Amino acid sequence: MTYKKIIDAMENGVNSDTEIVSIQNLSFSRGDRKIFNGISLNIPRGKITAIMGPSGTGKTTLLKLIGGQLYPDQGSVTVDNHNVHQLKRADLYTLRKRMGMLFQSGALLTDLTVFDNVALPLKEHTALSNSMIRSLVLLKLQAVGLRGARDLMPNELSGGMARRVALARAIALDPMMIMYDEPFTGQDPISLGILVKLIKELNNALGLTSIIVSHDVEETLTIADYIYVLSDGKVAGQGTPEQISNSDSEWVQQFIKGNSDGPVHFHYPATDYHKDLFEI
Amino acid sequence: MTHFLQRLGHTTLSSFAKLGRGSFFLIQILSACLSVFLRPKLLIKQLYSVGVLSFLIITISGLFVGMVLGLQGFYILSDFGAEETLGIMVAASLVRELGPVVSALLFAGRAGSALTAEIGLMKATEQLSGMEMMAIDPIKRIIAPRFLAGFISMPLLSALFSSIGVLGGHMIGVGVLGVDDGSYWAQMQAGLDFQDDIINGIIKSIVFGFAISWISLFEGYDTIPTSEGVSRATTRTVVNSAFTILGLDFILTALMFGDI
Repeated sequence: MTYKKIIDAMENGVNSDTEIVSIQNLSFSRGDRKIFNGISLNIPRGKITAIMGPSGTGKTTLLKLIGGQLYPDQGSVTVDNHNVHQLKRADLYTLRKRMGMLFQSGALLTDLTVFDNVALPLKEHTALSNSMIRSLVLLKLQAVGLRGARDLMPNELSGGMARRVALARAIALDPMMIMYDEPFTGQDPISLGILVKLIKELNNALGLTSIIVSHDVEETLTIADYIYVLSDGKVAGQGTPEQISNSDSEWVQQFIKGNSDGPVHFHYPATDYHKDLFEI
Repeated sequence: MTHFLQRLGHTTLSSFAKLGRGSFFLIQILSACLSVFLRPKLLIKQLYSVGVLSFLIITISGLFVGMVLGLQGFYILSDFGAEETLGIMVAASLVRELGPVVSALLFAGRAGSALTAEIGLMKATEQLSGMEMMAIDPIKRIIAPRFLAGFISMPLLSALFSSIGVLGGHMIGVGVLGVDDGSYWAQMQAGLDFQDDIINGIIKSIVFGFAISWISLFEGYDTIPTSEGVSRATTRTVVNSAFTILGLDFILTALMFGDI
């Protein structure tokens, strides 16, 4: 960090005006299907940024590209001033220690208890004593309200609980940012409320940067500071929740209101209906 | 015809691509193996689930194979009045061929398929991906301990299979059919060569253990992460392991016991 940036950071609190993730002109395809076509977006530090779009627009793929698990066809992904795809393996792993990721399924290791799952990154990456690790794990579990569930196995948890344990694990190493992959999908109203509250609180209390990938409009609009809406491999709209709600793009309006027909048609492209029916 | 050629080309190319991925995977495992010894707990856990839990099937099968050998051997040998050589017949068949091969086939069915299903499901439920994002190398933490466990267990299980088989043969031959106890053991002692028979048998089972562990872990790691993908991968593990074991057995036998 340059001298000027440090002064800026001191004046503006945590250097909140700088970007933590910067994606430039990114293209990625799977087989013949182009998932991203020259997409560019910036994710500011210390904020909650949401990336929205219909299923199959490659939102999870975007998180995997940020985490360096997939390689783009062209373009660059910079995380905390490191070009993710040019890092050596060891450096990438060092960077990943500072990035938490919450998978949709939770991705807990099924042969370890809740406690051991949260302790895993600490045991692997730190030389802390067992008693210190125990205290840290209990702190993290307390933060997600599951200190009492420490001895359960992942298959004994409900979907919402599993996601909270995964969240505790993701913050175990005190990362600088967390990526949430569809955190609200398939949750009952109570779990949903808990998750929304947790994401917001963790972001503020720990000074994290959060990236939420979601297609749940209502929850995302209440929680996010800035939103990108993706469609067909491009950014279809971006702005604060208000700007998105008032967007004049027909596509964005259809998406946030959930209309069944609009720029995105109800029918999958097909030949003429009548012709199809009577043509035997 | 064009269609046929197209498919032939596609199959050939994808098989070579898979072989390449498999070899790369093996190199990754081998380079991660050293780090496993620094964390023996992981290895011991896998030795238990891969090796110890295969004890029962290996023991029971070994016993029955030995008993059948005793029975069949006795009937044939007694035609020539050579039933006293039953011991060497049972022991040589077991130590040279049946021990390593049958125990490897059983091991592929029991432990190999379990490894594939486990790794495949870990992939399907994003556990492997999750570990990578936690900066934990799944090859080191998950794959290498399982590979070593398979590699270490196989020769031990095969030795167990042969030993129990010899006892099974004794039970039937000496216990039921009345072959002389002394000659059963003495013939075996005189006829079996430590280097030629026992060591070669162990070498075979080491090779099989290596192949089964590699195949089953790679099939799991390379699976399409859906329920159908995992089911196909598990089937492929058993089928490919069986072919590999039998093919390798022929080559090894030719090299060890033949004059090729």
